[in-house]
Amino acid sequence: MKSYTDSSCVIRPLTIIGLVLLLTFSVFGETAAQGDEPTEDEVNTIAEQLYCPVCENVPLDVCGTQACAQWRATIRKKLAAGWNEKQIKQYFSNQYGVRVLAQPPTQGFNALFWALPPVAFLVSAFFVLRFIRNIRRKQQPADGQPAAEQANADDYVARLERELEQWR
Amino acid sequence: MIANLGFVAMFLALLCAIYAAVLALAVARGEQRQWLGSARNAAMAAWPLLTLACFSLTYLLVNGHFEIEYVASVSSRAMPWYLKATALWGGQAGSLLFWAWLMSAYTALVMLRDWRDERDMQPYVIAATMITLAFFVSLNVFIENPFTKLWMDRFGQTSAAFFAPAGAQPFSPSDGQGLNPLLRHPGMIIHPPMLYLGFVGFVIPYSFAIGALAVGRKDDIWIRVTRRWTLIAWLFLSLGLLLGGRWAYDVLGWGGYWGWDPVEIAAFMPWLTATAFLHSVMIQEKRGMFKHWNMILIILTYALVIFGTFLTRSGVLSSVHAFAQSAVGPLFFIFIGVTFAISLTLLFRGWERLRSENILTSWLSREGLFLLNNLLFMGILLACFWGVIYPLISELATGQKVTVGPPFYERTTGPQFAALLLLMGVAPLAAWRVTTVKRLGHTIWKPTAVSLLLPVGMLAAGVINPVALLSLWLAAQVLCITLYEFFRGATVRRKSTGDNFFSALCKLAARNRRRYGGYVIHLGVIFMAVGIIGIEMFQTSTQGTLAYGEQMTLGDYVLIYNELDEFPTEGDRIVTRAMVSVYKDGKFVTELHPRRDFYVDGQQPMTIPGVYSTLEGDFYVLLVDWKPIGAQGATFKIYLNPLVNWLWLGGFVFIFGTLIAAWPVKRKSLSQQLGAFGVS
Repeated sequence: MKSYTDSSCVIRPLTIIGLVLLLTFSVFGETAAQGDEPTEDEVNTIAEQLYCPVCENVPLDVCGTQACAQWRATIRKKLAAGWNEKQIKQYFSNQYGVRVLAQPPTQGFNALFWALPPVAFLVSAFFVLRFIRNIRRKQQPADGQPAAEQANADDYVARLERELEQWR
Repeated sequence: MIANLGFVAMFLALLCAIYAAVLALAVARGEQRQWLGSARNAAMAAWPLLTLACFSLTYLLVNGHFEIEYVASVSSRAMPWYLKATALWGGQAGSLLFWAWLMSAYTALVMLRDWRDERDMQPYVIAATMITLAFFVSLNVFIENPFTKLWMDRFGQTSAAFFAPAGAQPFSPSDGQGLNPLLRHPGMIIHPPMLYLGFVGFVIPYSFAIGALAVGRKDDIWIRVTRRWTLIAWLFLSLGLLLGGRWAYDVLGWGGYWGWDPVEIAAFMPWLTATAFLHSVMIQEKRGMFKHWNMILIILTYALVIFGTFLTRSGVLSSVHAFAQSAVGPLFFIFIGVTFAISLTLLFRGWERLRSENILTSWLSREGLFLLNNLLFMGILLACFWGVIYPLISELATGQKVTVGPPFYERTTGPQFAALLLLMGVAPLAAWRVTTVKRLGHTIWKPTAVSLLLPVGMLAAGVINPVALLSLWLAAQVLCITLYEFFRGATVRRKSTGDNFFSALCKLAARNRRRYGGYVIHLGVIFMAVGIIGIEMFQTSTQGTLAYGEQMTLGDYVLIYNELDEFPTEGDRIVTRAMVSVYKDGKFVTELHPRRDFYVDGQQPMTIPGVYSTLEGDFYVLLVDWKPIGAQGATFKIYLNPLVNWLWLGGFVFIFGTLIAAWPVKRKSLSQQLGAFGVS
C-alpha cells in the first residue's frame, strides 16, 4: 500500500498545479497590425485593449467621446505608419501613463499584482493537499480497512426515500 | 414644508434606531427584560417614519421642487413622471435613504415573526439591525441630506443647506439637471431596488448569526430561522446582477453584458460568499460541521455588502457607476472596520463552542465536495477582491494609477468557474461521509456518456477551440446528470406510488423543495453558463462605414444601410436613428433601428443597439458615428453574440428554482423539527 506520508504525494500535484498556473498566467504573443490602409477592425483590435484616462473603465473601441475618437484616429495613423500593436500600446502608455493599459505592467511595484495570485494559489493548494493527506490518514483505521460507506451503494431507492423523509 | 416633514421623519427614524439599539443592548446585558418590547416597537417604528421620508422626497421629485438640491440634481421638467419617481435612487443621497428604507422594512418584518424559540437572540438581532440602520440614516441626516435646500445670498451666490444661511433667500432654478441618461432605462428602474433588496436582506441572517454568537448557542437554529431570508436576499441580489447585465447589454453599447467594472464586482462579491454560504449551511444542518466556516461566510457577506455600498457611494474607485463622490467614504470605511472587528471578536470568543460535531472523513463525500465548492467560491472572491483593490494599493504606494480590466479576471476566474461547473453536477450525488469513485462513477456514467455527444458533434461541425469544447461539455454533463437525477427520482416514485411520470415528478419536487429547487437553480446556472460561453468564446464583430445602399457582412448575416433620420422627441432628446435591413443566408429577416439619443439637459449621448434575437444568438448593431449628411456615410459596429439569450433564459429558470426552494412548507414547529434531527 502506498504511504501517504511520501513527499511525492504532495510534490506531484503541486508540480501539476504549477504547470496549470504557468499556462493560465502565460502571456500569449501579440499580433502585429501593419499596412497602409488599416481597417476599422484592425484599429479596434488595439483600441479594445486601451482605456482613456477620462472615460474610466470604458475601453477605447466603444467609447463615444471625442477624446476617444481622436485616440482611435491616432491608432489608425500609427498603424498606417507601420507600427505594431506593442509599439502603439507603449506609445500611449508613455504619453498618458500605464493606466491606459487593460492590465498593470509586469515590472516594478506592479510585479506584486501578478505575483500574489499564483503565490496565494500555491500556498492554498499546499494547505488543501496537507488537509487531504490528514483526512486520508484518518480514513485508515487500525486494521487498515477503509471506513464503511454510510449507505448501501446500490440501494438508490432507499437513499432517495430516506432523504426525502429527512428533508421534508 | 414637505421637505421639512421628510427631514423630521428621517431624524425621528434615526432616534428610533438609536433608541432601539441602546435598549436592546441593555437588555442583552441583563437589564430590565421588559425594555425589549419597547426596543422592538422602536425598531418597527423606523419603517413608517422612513416610508414618510421616502414619500416626501418622491413627492418633491415628481412635482419638480427644484428648490431642493437633490431634486434639481437628478430630475428635470422634461423627464416622465415615472423616471422622476425612480430618481429617488438615482443619486447618492436618495439611494442611501432608499437603502435605509428597505433595511427598516426587512427589520419590521423580522420583528413581526414568532420569537418564542429565539427569544434570547432577539436583543442582539435588534441591536445589529438597528446599528446598521442608524449608520445609514445618520449619513442621510448629517452628510447626504436629500432634503437640503438651495439658497441665494445678497451677492447672487447660491449655496445648499437645510437651514437658511444668514441673509439668504430661497432659490429655485427654473429646471433641474436631469437624471444621468444612462439611468433612464426600464432596466435601471428595477435594477437598483433588486440589488439593494439583496444587499439589505443579508443583514438579517448576519444579525441572527451575531445573536447566536453573542448568546453562545451551539445549535444551528440561526441558520434554520434565516434560511428563507437568505434565499430571498440571494434571489434579489442575483436578479439585480442579471438586470444590471441586461441593462449594460441594452444601454452601454459595447455588445456585452459584463465588463468587470469595479462596481459590478462589488455587487458580485457578496453574491459569491452568499452562494458559498447557502451550500455550506446544508452541511451544518445535516452533519453539524463547518460551524466556524458558516459564521465566517455570513460575516464576510455582511462586510462585503457594506463594502459594495461603500464602493458605489464613496467614489473611491473610478467607474461608470460611481456617479458621485462625497465625504461618506471614510465613515463607511470606519463602519466596515468596526463591525468586522466586533463580529470576529464574537466568533473567536465562541470558537471552542462551535467545534464540529463530526469530522470530514473523506474528500470524496458530499461534505468534502461542498467544501471544495466553497474553496472555489473563495478563490474567485479573492481574485475579484485583489483586482478591485489593487488600483488603490498602487495609487497609495506609488502614486501611479493602473487599470485592472477583463483579461485579469477572465484568466483567474475562468478555470475556477469551470471547476465549479463540474462540482455542480457531481457533488449533489455524492453520499454523505464517504463514497467511492466506483459508486460515484456508477451514478454518473450514463449521463456523462450522453453529454460526450455534444463535443463530438461540435468537433464534427468544425469547432476546434479546446476551451470552448471543454466548457460546453462540462455544461452538457451537468445538464444530463441533473435531468437524469430528476428522471431517476420520478421513476422511483412512480414505481412506489403508481402515479404517472409527470405527477410523480411534481410530487417529488413538492416533497423536497429544497433539493429539487436547488436542481432547478442548477439548470438555470447551466443555461446561463451556455450563454456566457457562447458570447465569451464565439463572439465576433466588425466595424465599417457605409453609404446608403452599401452593405457589411458578418458570419451568415448581411447588413444593408438604408436611411438615417434625426428628430427631437419626448424627454428632451435628439434622436439620430439609422434604418438597416438584415439578411441571413440571402433571405431578409428584419429591419433594425440602431440609434444614438442625445439628452439636451444632461448634454450626454446614449447608444441604443438594434438587435435581432434568436435562441441561436443575437445580431447586434450599433450606430457608432455618421456624417452630417447621413447619405454620405454612417459607421456601424456589428456583433454576432452566439447563444447569449440562454443567459437571460437561464435567469428565469434560476428564479423559478429559487422560488421552489424558498416556497414555505406547512411544517412542524421548529423544536419538533430539531428534535427529529437530534439537535438539542
